[in-house]
Amino acid sequence: MEHEKDHIIPYRTFLFVLAGLIMLTLISVAVTKIHLGTLTVFIALLIAAVKSAFVLRIFMHLKFENKMFTIMVLAIIVLIGVVIFITLMDYLYR
Amino acid sequence: MEEHRDDLASKTGMWLFLFTEMLLFGGLFIVYSVYRYINADAFHLAAHELSVPIGTINTIILLISSATIAMSITAIQKENKKLSLLLLAVTVMLGLAFLVNKYFEWGHHIKDGIYPGSSVLALRGQGDVLFYGLYYFMTGLHALHIIIGLVFIGFIARLIILDKITFDNHVLLENSGLYWHLVDLIWIFLFPLFYLIT
Repeated sequence: MEHEKDHIIPYRTFLFVLAGLIMLTLISVAVTKIHLGTLTVFIALLIAAVKSAFVLRIFMHLKFENKMFTIMVLAIIVLIGVVIFITLMDYLYR
Repeated sequence: MEEHRDDLASKTGMWLFLFTEMLLFGGLFIVYSVYRYINADAFHLAAHELSVPIGTINTIILLISSATIAMSITAIQKENKKLSLLLLAVTVMLGLAFLVNKYFEWGHHIKDGIYPGSSVLALRGQGDVLFYGLYYFMTGLHALHIIIGLVFIGFIARLIILDKITFDNHVLLENSGLYWHLVDLIWIFLFPLFYLIT
């Protein structure tokens, strides 16, 4: 009954995303070879965030699922982010 | 016979479980960020000893395995049972390859006397103890997830062989895929935080 809206993602989509993810990994390794200080960590985490966005949206189908899933995932990410932020504020200004 | 099932609920249940996993690792990342803030220099130096090439290869292995399990779902949707099983087999092989790399990596450190509670590590100071403590715990917990994922995928492959998972009933395959992608997702953050912070 509700199987008509079953979304079939073509193989090549996954292959393109995979190529992109491997590229980003190599870029992230290359960036650490340049000494940028604190910026290195920031760039590494930024690249990791972009990679996870691809994994979540394409590999984990979030892009094609009910929006409820996306909202819940974002809520969890914000929750972890807020707790890390608050904890670090505590250590920085103690 | 009319069957009663609710794929959306099944997927929602899987996602709720994945959220608890995210919070589990999220908590560990909080511990990591605090210890790293307190012992910035020691973390910096200790991370130099991890092999970036092995870490990079393992990252790429996991990324490919994620793509293969995702394509396995496409294959089953197109009623290509053989290809679906083949892609699952590739995923399992890649997962095993990851574990083998991890084994050699850990073996190398342990041979150098670097493991939780070792006297060599204790002499090097608190920062190194914390770095390697977190390294072993977080990559170990991640490796445990890989093992569970492999068993899960094996179980799913059996259901495909038995025709319990078919082109119009593949939510279990999707759920095993979700679990596997989560393991990949966690590694995407573990890799830069332990190998690339030098």
